[in-house]
Formats: sequence, structure tokens, C-alpha cells
Amino acid sequence: MATEGKIDPMHQFEVQPIIEGFELFGQQINFTNSALWMLIVLGLIYVFMIGGMKRELVPGRWQIMVEGVVGFVDNIIATSIGPAGKKYTPWVFTLFMFILFANLLGMMPLGIIPGIHPFTVTSQFTITGLLAAISFSIVLIVGFYKHKLKFFSLFIPHGTPLPMIPLIFMVELLSFLVRPFSLALRLFVAMIAGHILIKVFANFVIQSIDAGGASLFVALLSIIFIAFVSALELLVCAIQAYVFALLTSLYINDAENLH
Amino acid sequence: MPQISQLLEVYGSQFFWLLLVIGIIYFGIAKNMVPKISKTVDDRQKRITDDLAAAQVARDRADKIEEDYRVTINDARADAVGKVASAKAEAAKKNDAAVKRADTAIGKKADEADAALKAATATALTEIEAVAAEAAKDIVATVSGAKVTAAAAKKAVKAAF
Repeated sequence: MATEGKIDPMHQFEVQPIIEGFELFGQQINFTNSALWMLIVLGLIYVFMIGGMKRELVPGRWQIMVEGVVGFVDNIIATSIGPAGKKYTPWVFTLFMFILFANLLGMMPLGIIPGIHPFTVTSQFTITGLLAAISFSIVLIVGFYKHKLKFFSLFIPHGTPLPMIPLIFMVELLSFLVRPFSLALRLFVAMIAGHILIKVFANFVIQSIDAGGASLFVALLSIIFIAFVSALELLVCAIQAYVFALLTSLYINDAENLH
Repeated sequence: MPQISQLLEVYGSQFFWLLLVIGIIYFGIAKNMVPKISKTVDDRQKRITDDLAAAQVARDRADKIEEDYRVTINDARADAVGKVASAKAEAAKKNDAAVKRADTAIGKKADEADAALKAATATALTEIEAVAAEAAKDIVATVSGAKVTAAAAKKAVKAAF
């Protein structure tokens, strides 16, 4: 990967085909490293969940973890949507688990094993964008299906003075339309920033060691910094998954319980 | 940034694989496994609530049984105390009656003895008078030679007594 000491911190985000695929709607569908890591995420989620399916009366540690995650998502739904939100639990759960596992898997130091190049699925805005688009579509479909044209009253907060309504409507509409982009970009940027930061400082470590002498101190400093950033990133991984799930359920709440 | 430079050539495969994976998670795990896990949690919660309720009922019953027991014991104790008191009173009464009976019997006997004593004393006195009169007549006849009649001697003895 690193050719002649030149490390490209962006290289890790490159999608590379592993197996040539087929063509669908004029698009080449290859089995890529991105797809591979998505399947690994799927496998990990499955293994994690199956560990909690013993359904014992007195749960073991694993079962408590799984039940905790399920309860956590149920709780997000219950507090932000209410009892009517039960039907959205699968989607919010899917989002939360996929993002959480993809984020955490991307942070695992698997790169130290030769030949393995970890790929963070959620650092691709094609991925986060599609997730956000699906969430936003649910909001639009539910909103217009349940409330028909009354759904537009979402953009007029209660107590708006009459002359202000057109202006407020435009502002609210704009902020509503920005939601899917902010949702997608927030996760994407948070993931890519942390990974670039760690790669850049890893670069410093290698170059400082190459230079030798006093710059070894820089190498040491960079390693310490990487350790702290990694810890922070682990926190960000969980927070971003939570934020994505929470915002999705808040947006769905707007559509489900209009005002 | 590969995400932008590669966008047009990879978005198809990215979308395809993401939809596949998300679909499997949604239908296989979120729709199928999660409700079972939720149900397990709910069942456990329900069982805990039920068990607590049952324990409360059992506790109330135990309290009631203890209360009943206490009432029974108190009744029995009061009963026993009453019985002892009445038995005591009865015994005292019987005792008194017996004592009284004995008392009267003893009094009667004492009276009889008294009367017999008095009678004996009286008899003895008359006999002594007769003997004394006889002796006085004899003594007078011997000493003075005068003849005293028995009646006079008796009279004189009586006077002397």
C-alpha cells in the first residue's frame, strides 16, 4: 500500500473490485472491498444477535447485551415517536446496528495483519446517502399518506403571525429539505475525518522514524496522539450511530404525529 | 477524494450491495429476531411482575393466618384464665362451707360438753351437801350429844355453803 514511503491517507477510502460482477441498468456491479466489508458487518451483526436468541429466563452476559441494544432502540422509538412508532422499530434498528457495526469495524486495528485492508463502509457517502434517502423517503411517504396535503402544515409552526407565514414556510421547507443531506454528511464526515486524522499521524510516525534522531520524539508524540484520537473515534462511532437513529426517529415523528 | 472521483463508477455496486445487506438485516434480523428478543424481555418482565404479585398475595395470606392464630391464642388464653378463676372461686366456696360445717359441729360438741360438765358439777354439789349434812349431824351428835334433825343439818349446811 505504502509505496516508497509515500502514504496516501485517502487510499483507504478507495473502492476496489475483488470479483468482476455483472451489469445492471448500465452500471457495473462488482463484488468490491466495500461489499466484502458490508457482508462482514452483516455477519457480525448476525453472530451478535444469534448470541442473544437463547431466550433464557435468566439471561447470560451476551443475552443481556443483545437485549440491551434492542431495548435501547425500542427506547429511542418510544421516547421520540411514542406508541405509534412500533412499526418503525425494524428500520431504526437496522440503521443503528449497521452504522454502529460498520463504524466500529472500521476502527478495528485489522490493518496490522498483512494483506488485510480494513474498509469503513460508512465513510462512503454513497452508503450514508442511500441510508439517509431511505429514511427521508419513509418520512415523505408516511407524511403524505397519513396527512395528505395537510402535511405541509409541518412547515408552519404554531402561532406564526399571518404575514410571516410565507417566509417561515420557505425557511422551514428549506430546513426540511436539507435534512437528508445533513443526515448523510454528518456520519460520512465524522467517519472520514477521524480516519484521515489517524492516517496522517501514522504517516508522521513512519516519516519521523525514517528521519531518526530528535524526530523520534515526534514519532512518540504522534503515537500517543493516535491512541487518544482512536479512543475518541470509538466514542464518535457509537454517537454517530445513535445520532443517525435518533434523528431518523425524530423525523419520522414529524410525519407520524404532525404537530 | 475517492468518494467523489469514483462516484460515477461505483455507486451502482455500492447501492446494490448496501440494499442487499440492509435488506437482509431488515427482514432477517430486525423483523424476525428482534421481536422475539423483545418478547423474551417482556415475558421476563411480566413473569417478574406476576411473581411479585403472587408473593404479595402469599404474604398477605401468611399475615392473615398469623393474625387468626394470634386471635385464637388470645381467646384460648382468656378462656383458660376464666376457667382457673372460676375453679378457684368454686374451691374457695367449698372450703368455706366445709370449714363452717366443721365449726358448727365443733361448737355443738363443745356446748354438749359444757352442759354435761355443768350437770356433773351440780350433781356433785348436791351429793357433797348431803354428805356434809350427814357428817355435820354426826359431828354435832358426837360433840354435843344433841340431836339434830336431818332437815336442820341440811339447812345449816346450805347456809354454811
